[in-house]
Amino acid sequence: MTEANLSAGNGNGSPRIGVYVCHCGTNISATIDVVAARDVAENLPGVVLSREYKYMCSDPGQEIIKDDIRELGLDRIVVASCSPCLHEETFRNAIADGGLNPYFFQMVNIREHASWVHKDIKAATAKANDLIRAAVRRVRFHRPLEARRVPIDPRVLVVGGGIAGIHSALTLADAGKKVYLVEREPSIGGHMAMFDKTFPTLDCAACILTPKMTQVRAHPNIEVMTMSEVVEIDGFVGNYRAKIKHKPRYILEDACVGCLECIDVCVFRNGKTPDEFNLGLSKRKPIYIPFPQAVPQVVLIDPEGCIEFRTGRCKKTCVEVCAERNAIDFTQEETFSEVEIGSVIISTGFKAFDARRLPQYGYGRLDPVYTALEVERLVNASGPTEGEIVLRDGSKPKKVGIIHCIGSRDKNTNVHCSRVCCMYSLKLAHLVKEKTDAEIYEFFIDMRTGGKGFEEFMLRVKEEGVTMIRGKVAEVYPEAGNTGRVVLQAEDTFLGMVRKIPVDMVILATGIEPQADAEDVRRTFNISCSTGGFFTERHPKLAPVSTFTDGVFLAGACQAPKDIPDTVAQAGAAAAEALALIDAGHIELEPNTAFVVEEECSGCKTCVGLCPFSAIGYDEGKASINEVLCKGCGTCVAACPSGSIRQNLFEDEEIFEEIVGVMANV
Amino acid sequence: MSDKPKVAFYWCASCGGCEEAIVDLAEQLLDVAAAVEIVFWPVAVDGKRSDIEAMEDGEILATFINGAIRTTEQEEMVHLLRQKSQVLLAFGSCAHLGGIPGLANQFDRETILETVFDSTPSTVNPEKVRPQLEFTENGHSVDLPGFYETVRTLDQVTEVDYIVPGCAPTPNIIGGAVGALLSGDDLPPAGTVLAPDTALCDECGRKETKPEVVAISEWKRPHEVLIDEDLCLLAQGLVCLGPATRAGCGSLCIGANMPCSGCFGPTSRVRDYGGKALGAIASLVDSDDEAEIDKILAGIPDPVGTFYRYSLPASRLRRAPMERPLEVAAPKGE
Ligand SMILES: Cc1cc2nc3c(=O)[nH]c(=O)nc-3n(C[C@H](O)[C@H](O)[C@H](O)COP(=O)(O)OP(=O)(O)OC[C@H]3O[C@@H](n4cnc5c(N)ncnc54)[C@H](O)[C@@H]3O)c2cc1C
Ligand code: SF4
Ligand code: SF4
Repeated sequence: MTEANLSAGNGNGSPRIGVYVCHCGTNISATIDVVAARDVAENLPGVVLSREYKYMCSDPGQEIIKDDIRELGLDRIVVASCSPCLHEETFRNAIADGGLNPYFFQMVNIREHASWVHKDIKAATAKANDLIRAAVRRVRFHRPLEARRVPIDPRVLVVGGGIAGIHSALTLADAGKKVYLVEREPSIGGHMAMFDKTFPTLDCAACILTPKMTQVRAHPNIEVMTMSEVVEIDGFVGNYRAKIKHKPRYILEDACVGCLECIDVCVFRNGKTPDEFNLGLSKRKPIYIPFPQAVPQVVLIDPEGCIEFRTGRCKKTCVEVCAERNAIDFTQEETFSEVEIGSVIISTGFKAFDARRLPQYGYGRLDPVYTALEVERLVNASGPTEGEIVLRDGSKPKKVGIIHCIGSRDKNTNVHCSRVCCMYSLKLAHLVKEKTDAEIYEFFIDMRTGGKGFEEFMLRVKEEGVTMIRGKVAEVYPEAGNTGRVVLQAEDTFLGMVRKIPVDMVILATGIEPQADAEDVRRTFNISCSTGGFFTERHPKLAPVSTFTDGVFLAGACQAPKDIPDTVAQAGAAAAEALALIDAGHIELEPNTAFVVEEECSGCKTCVGLCPFSAIGYDEGKASINEVLCKGCGTCVAACPSGSIRQNLFEDEEIFEEIVGVMANV
Repeated sequence: MSDKPKVAFYWCASCGGCEEAIVDLAEQLLDVAAAVEIVFWPVAVDGKRSDIEAMEDGEILATFINGAIRTTEQEEMVHLLRQKSQVLLAFGSCAHLGGIPGLANQFDRETILETVFDSTPSTVNPEKVRPQLEFTENGHSVDLPGFYETVRTLDQVTEVDYIVPGCAPTPNIIGGAVGALLSGDDLPPAGTVLAPDTALCDECGRKETKPEVVAISEWKRPHEVLIDEDLCLLAQGLVCLGPATRAGCGSLCIGANMPCSGCFGPTSRVRDYGGKALGAIASLVDSDDEAEIDKILAGIPDPVGTFYRYSLPASRLRRAPMERPLEVAAPKGE
């Protein structure tokens, strides 16, 4: 179409277009000559008025548009400013307030697409002009549309049953919402369940966590799925469907009452398999419960260790003792189930840094070297030593060295600070001292105690007689003469000298890393990861628990290293965000759906199998699209061989006019 | 001079099949012939260019032009006939979309001449004779029309009022077009293709046998299989372009157990027939693996000749990029 017959109008009459070029402070105006852009736009066919303004998104900016619509009878609006992700809704609302259908609007992104990515003012302005021309040509073909209102499914999926997941689930369930809590381990509880005491208050972790875990189990609104993982999710905010994989426990969960008699009678008199929950510091049998307070209180069988699985010829004393309940089932297989939910909270937590990656500290090679998590188990009353600090050689330590920042703040491993290690090191120093009265040396780089009551806690531990040495340990090596001890060698930056301190026990304060499968989880839920691999929040300050996928929220250490108080606060926030969404009752969706023009459709069925969302049906010789299921991906529109499927906001004319506009000077 | 409406037929780059189609109208043709005066029809009726030149502008009611535009003479004749006719119709796939001669747009003129006058195995041309625009001997001179680099559709050369689609147009379609013209009323807007605006599946007798999802792991060619006479041809792995092709032919080929090859062209809503046809066929490939997809698609030996068989000049591609620079003295119209 030529410019001349353009101005003659189109199927929508002769449009009266208003163009608004935003300065965005100097974000745009520093690189784009906004006045020139306005002048160019003013002369485009159909344009009645063109303005530039400092902040179009501000209240006065929006008022200008509304007034112009009312006073000049504008019926198409083009705003050249930032990304539609940021302000499309703002302007659509303003236009609707001005009395115009909000879809008689096209936004042009001259900030991210031009001013921010170019330096040459002339070229950037020319590009802005091309983009504006494209929008002006396109907007003439816009038709009035209505947003689709889709009800929000009030059910919530919580992925990961650590303290974050537990707290979110309980908050939602107490508010009357149905929650599916999916945990991949045999019990919920996460890392917190491994601790004896928690900093800075030293309250007993079990005392505060166990009641919450039982509450989760008993809550009528919560369905806990352990040994389970979400393998697939589709749908959109308010209407997701998740496919969940359930690994076999070989125990009928409903039949098992947790009497644990099967474990006692197992043909293995003693455990042979390293106990995962105790990080290998003890052994367990092939039929076991991960820890005494596990929720659910249901045993499980590890097929790798079980004689019946390996040979098929076990006496099965476990089955005998369970004869009445008959809860053991060697034939269980992996199963899948599906749940429908409206929102998701991801609370998959963290993984501790693998200390073997820093061989200079001797972990896995030198017996006296432990990781902090191992020591958490050692000091735990229900741990492998029932809370006694007994070393691998059976002795009690008299001198203990704690090394901070293992796998944190180090460009060779992780640049980030794990935030909890200083504090839990102080906690472990206190606990070990309390239990053994050993001499304790803490090697720190910086003591980071920025939290409520943290500095006070550090001072208290110092007063208890723990020696604080500022310096990075270079190496841990066996003491000469087969003493069984190891030497910590470090430069003490306070004293300005190298110190070599022989100790009986070394505790490595291993840092917090993203889960090994964070990338898979990211992909499954279509969210993003920051450079370190933790999930990215939508906005670091203003949307800290949201993600870029609507209806998917984050809680706990999966988003960044954090302690329990912060984790719980974030879990509450995520639950509140989900509740706000649910309470709105419905969500407005872009009306960008596809539709079949019935009299044009030949019924060739090409589209039917192509829709990734199964939105297309076929009946009486014609295809038809379910508007609620259609996500506007455009696949069928492009594929329809007779051009009989159209898509709102992406009509052929709109797209081709846009292309013509952008290429006008080529 | 009779006062019957005057009608003309002309052919450009075509095979003669369209002329054949008119003759095939048989009795119907006699009725038409009785109702009109055929003033020009080089294939069947004696007549000279000068007769047309002598006519008043618009004196002819309707001229049916078949064939694509390939030579200077064709272009001149088309302009002349346009001037003398009230209604100009593109008749058949070549005038409509470029047709089979349009496949020559995969090559440039020099390559074509080289092939035809030098390199085919059956060519014996030791003196490397090539057609000349002009040749004089003994004071007599003859000339030949110029040969363009690119084949064009009729509407790329002059304004076309209506299109009678098909290779060749089927009797029902021709009858409908002539009837509409003679009755004069109810004429659709200019530029209309005089055939239904849905795809062929709509009128295909096999439509209901087409599964909702066709998944093809091997394309078949008609000579390779025993074709079931009732089952949708796509479902049998044959490349049937029915889903992308305008209806109206009465699914004649399919009735004869041959897949639709697309001669009626696209519906009015489609801008590139081959692209759509290719999309429709490629989307049935039953694999997510790139190498396997390539392998399955390799079962379609001549993609341009399959999907753009009738429409290369009318397509967005129009022609292959020129490998040699255009000759300076290229005939006008390039
Ligand atoms: C040695 C050590 C000591 C600490 N001591 C303290 C302390 O004293 N005080 C304090 O405030 N903080 C302490 N912390 C920090 C504390 O551990 C964390 O703040 C807390 O565990 C974070 O909880 P979470 O629920 O986010 O993650 P996690 O506790 O890691 O829980 C995540 C849960 O999600 C599950 N999961 C993971 N991926 C999936 C998946 N794909 N599908 C299903 N389920 C999945 C996991 O199995 C786990 O149950 C300590 C940390 C360490 C390493
Ligand atoms: S645009 Fe078409 S293919 Fe895409 S979701 Fe909608 S109906 Fe399905
Ligand atoms: S694909 Fe061909 S055979 Fe099948 S229904 Fe369509 S036109 Fe008929």
